[in-house]
Amino acid sequence: MKSRIVITGNYGPKVRSDCEITLELRNQGGMSIDLVSKVKSLYGESIIKLSNEVLAFFSVKDASVKINDSGALPFVIAARIEAAIKKLIDTDLEYLPEFISDNSYSTLRDRFRFSRLYLPGNNPALMINAGLHSADGIILDLEDSVAPEKKDEARILVRNALRQVDFCGSERMVRINQGPVGIKDLHSVLPHNVNLILIPKCESADDIKKVEKEISGIRKSKNLKNQVFLMPIIESALGVENSFEIAKSSENVVAIAIGLEDYTADLGVPRTLEGKESFYARSRIVVAAKAAGIQPIDSVFSDVADMDALKANVMQSKTLGFEGMGCIHPRQVSIIRQGYAPDEAEIEKSKKIVLAFKAAEHKGVGVVALGSKMIDPPVVKRAQKSIDLAVRMGVLSADWADEIQL
Amino acid sequence: MAIKTVINAAGRSVPLEINGQPVIPFKGVGKHRPSGRKYAPPIPTCSDYPENGNKVVSSLEEALRKCGLCDGMTISTHHHLRDGDLISNKVFELASSMGVRDLVWFPSASFPCNDLVIDYLEDGTINRIEGSMNGPLGRYVSEGRMKGTAVLRSHGGRVQAIQDGEVKIDIAVLAAPSADSYGNAKGTGGSSACGVLGYAKADYLYASRVIVVTDNLVDLPCFPMEIEGNYVDYVVVVDKIGIPEKIVSGTTQITKSPDRLLIAELTASFLEKSGILRDGVTMQAGAGGTSLAIAVFLHQILKERGWKSKFGFGGSTRYMVKMLEEGQMGYILDAQAFDLESVSSIERNANHIQYPVFNAYNYHSKGNLTSMMDIMILGATEVDLNFNGNVVTHSDGYLLHGIGGWQNCLHARNVILPIPLFRDRIPVIVDEVTTLCGPGELIDVIITERGIAINPLRNDLIENLKGSGLPLKTLKELKDEAERICGKPQKPEFEEDIVAAVKWVDGTVIDVVRKIRF
Repeated sequence: MKSRIVITGNYGPKVRSDCEITLELRNQGGMSIDLVSKVKSLYGESIIKLSNEVLAFFSVKDASVKINDSGALPFVIAARIEAAIKKLIDTDLEYLPEFISDNSYSTLRDRFRFSRLYLPGNNPALMINAGLHSADGIILDLEDSVAPEKKDEARILVRNALRQVDFCGSERMVRINQGPVGIKDLHSVLPHNVNLILIPKCESADDIKKVEKEISGIRKSKNLKNQVFLMPIIESALGVENSFEIAKSSENVVAIAIGLEDYTADLGVPRTLEGKESFYARSRIVVAAKAAGIQPIDSVFSDVADMDALKANVMQSKTLGFEGMGCIHPRQVSIIRQGYAPDEAEIEKSKKIVLAFKAAEHKGVGVVALGSKMIDPPVVKRAQKSIDLAVRMGVLSADWADEIQL
Repeated sequence: MAIKTVINAAGRSVPLEINGQPVIPFKGVGKHRPSGRKYAPPIPTCSDYPENGNKVVSSLEEALRKCGLCDGMTISTHHHLRDGDLISNKVFELASSMGVRDLVWFPSASFPCNDLVIDYLEDGTINRIEGSMNGPLGRYVSEGRMKGTAVLRSHGGRVQAIQDGEVKIDIAVLAAPSADSYGNAKGTGGSSACGVLGYAKADYLYASRVIVVTDNLVDLPCFPMEIEGNYVDYVVVVDKIGIPEKIVSGTTQITKSPDRLLIAELTASFLEKSGILRDGVTMQAGAGGTSLAIAVFLHQILKERGWKSKFGFGGSTRYMVKMLEEGQMGYILDAQAFDLESVSSIERNANHIQYPVFNAYNYHSKGNLTSMMDIMILGATEVDLNFNGNVVTHSDGYLLHGIGGWQNCLHARNVILPIPLFRDRIPVIVDEVTTLCGPGELIDVIITERGIAINPLRNDLIENLKGSGLPLKTLKELKDEAERICGKPQKPEFEEDIVAAVKWVDGTVIDVVRKIRF
C-alpha cells in the first residue's frame, strides 16, 4: 500500500515563488488546510480557495494539507497540489489553469534561433519573467536540471507554465527526457502549444523517428493543430558520427545542437575553454546541419559571470558556422544575439559586393569586379547571405540598395 | 479615547494631535508657510567646562548622569554606524538600569541591530520612537505594542523638526569613529570608520547636551571637525563603538537578478532617450543592487558619449567613485559612504566632498539641493494609480522601512522609480497606497521590467519619447498586467488606533499608520 503522506514542491530560506505541499489522505474527517505564507494577508483567502478547488477536482474529500508558501503564483500552487495528489491517487485527470491567449502563436521553420534560454523545469521563480529577456527561444527543461525523483512534479509545473506564463513571442520549447520518461513528458506538454521539442542524447535517426511517431500519435488523438519542430541534441561520439542522418531524419528537424559536457565526458577528456577537444565534433555538426539545410546550434557557455569570455566564445562559434547557442542566464541573451549578427564591417563589405554584382548584371558583364579585384560567385552568395541576415535582424533596412543609389 | 481627525489635502484622515502635541495636517506641496524663529539650545558658559579642554569622563553612564538624564527626555542618536551600531542600544540599557522611564528615542534611522530596544519599550524605559522602524521593530509598532505614537520623518524633515523646535533634543549621544578630548570628531580613522557624520550635525548644534562616544581618541585637533568640540559637553572613550563589518557593506554589490538588471537597463535607456542624461547632468542614486546597476550603465553611456556629470550626490558607492576617478563625474557630494571603497575615496580624492545632509535636505531653509538634481533614482514599496508613493509600509500594512531621504529627494527635476512590478507575488502598483509618503505630483516615472509609466503631468517626457521604441504603458495597464499574473490581493485590515504618523518635509502630517488587525 502506498504511503498516505507525501511532500511536493520546494520551501526554504532561498526558495522564492514556490510552495511546499504536505498532503495526507484520510478516511474521514473532511478537509483541513494549514497555510503558512508570507503573502497570507494579501492572498490567504485565494490560496485556500484554489487549494479547495484543486482537491475537489480530484475528488479528494478527507485530507490534511499543509502549505508552506513563499509567494507562489496560482499555477504553481495548483501544480504542486496536483503533483501531491497524483503521488497517492492514480488518475488521468488534469487540473488545467487557463491558457492565456498571448501564448497561442506558432513559429516558422527558419526563424532565428540564436539564443535559447534554458530554464530548470522545477524552478518556477525563473519562469515568471523569462519571456521578458527577448531570447529567441525559451526551453523548459525536464531533463538534466530536474532530479529523478522530481520528474513527475516538474512535468505538471511545466505544463501549467506553458498555459500561464507569457513567453512574449519567444519560441516555446521543452527538453524532454530520454526513453519512457520522455514519452510521458510528451503526453503532458504537447497539448499546450509547444513549438519545439528538444531531444537529448540523440544517437541515431531512429531516436528521432520514435519521438516523432509518438508526437504524431498524440497530435491525432488530441486533434492538435500546432506544428511541432524538433531539435536533436548530439552529446556522444556515436551521435556525432551519425549527425547527418539525424539532421535529415525528419522534415520537422529544424536545427541540430551539440552538448559538449556529455560529449567530452563520452570522449573521456576534460572540456577546455579553448575547445580543441571538441573542434572536430562541432565542425562535423555544422557540416551535417548545413548539408541537411537546417541550423547548427552550439553548446551552452557555462561561466555566467564572464561576459568577455562568452563574447570570444560566440565569435569562435560563429566562425565555425554555428547559427546559435544555448543560454543558461538571461544576461547571455543579448551578447549571443549581437555576436551572431553580422557586424558593421561585414555588412559594409557585403553591400559593396552585392552592388558590384548588380551593376555587372545590369551591364550584362559576366565578370564581377570590386576595384581591381575579381569576385567569384560564392563570394557574392555569402555577401548576399550576410545582407539578408542583417535585414532580417533589423540592423539594415530592407531597401538599403535604393537608399544608397539616392 | 477617540482622537479628533480631519481629512488633509491629500485626502487622508489624520489627527490634530499626536502624543499630546498639536500637529498641522498636510496642506499640499509647498502650501504650508512656516512662521516664527528657529529653535535654539540653552546658552552655555565655558566657565562650566574644563580650561584644559579635557571633557573625557569615565563612562557613558557618568556622562548621562552629568547631563541630567531623567524621565521623559528626548535622546537622539545617528545611524552612521548602520547595522554595526553598539551605542544606541547601550544608552537605553544604561537608562533602564538607572530606572529612567518614558524616554523618546529620536534616531536618524534604526537598523536591525536596534531590535534590542524592544526590551526597553517593553519595560517602560522608552515611550516611543520618532524615527524609522524596520523588521521586528516595525512589527512591534504595527501591532500597537508601543506606548506612544511613532513619528516618521525624512532625513530633511528630521532637521526641519529640530530647527523649528518641534523636537527638542535633551541629550544627543553621538558615536564618533575619531574624536579628541575636547569633543571635535569625525567619521574617518580608527577601527569603526564610517566615512562621514553628516546626520549628526543638527543633533550637536541643537541638543541641550551633547555626548561624543569614541573608540579612537586622537590628539587635539581631530581634523576635519565634522562635530565641533565647542558644542560638546562630554567625551566618552569605549572599547568599541561598532562592529566594523556591519558599519559599511564591505563592497556594495550590483544586482545579479536578471529582472532587476533588465529594469536597470531600461532605466538607463529611458534616461538616454529622453534627453535627461546629458553633458553636465547632476544625479543621485542609492546603494541598492538595481541603483548600482543603473550607475554602471549610466557610466558606460557617459563614457561613450564623452560626457561628464557635473556632480553626483551620495550615498556614495564604489561605482560612483569609479565615475569620479575615470573622469565622468566632477564631484561627489557625500552625506554617507555606503562601502569601504567610498570611505577611502573621501581621504584620497579632493573632489569627493563630505556634504552634511543638514545643508541639503531641510525644506525650511534657503534652497534645496535636491531640486537642482536632474536624475533622482528612488525606490518604493507601493505606487498607486495617481503616482502616489509609499516607502514605510508594505501592502500587508506592516511598517518595514524608514523614509530616509526619499521625501526630500522627490523635489528633484526627474524623479524615477525603477521597481519590479511585483515582488514574490506582491504587486507594487495598487489602487491606493496603504500609507501615503509622497504625493504623485512629484513622482515622474515608474520603470518596471514590464514597461515604463510616465506621469501624465510630464507631457514633455511623453512627447520626447514618442517613437523611441521604449515600452511605454499607463500605470493602469501595468497594474492590470500584475494582477493578471499574481491575482488581485485582498486588503489588510486595520484597527482605528494610530500607531505612527508620517510627516511631510514641512512638518505637516501627510498620513498615519493604523494598528494592524491580526
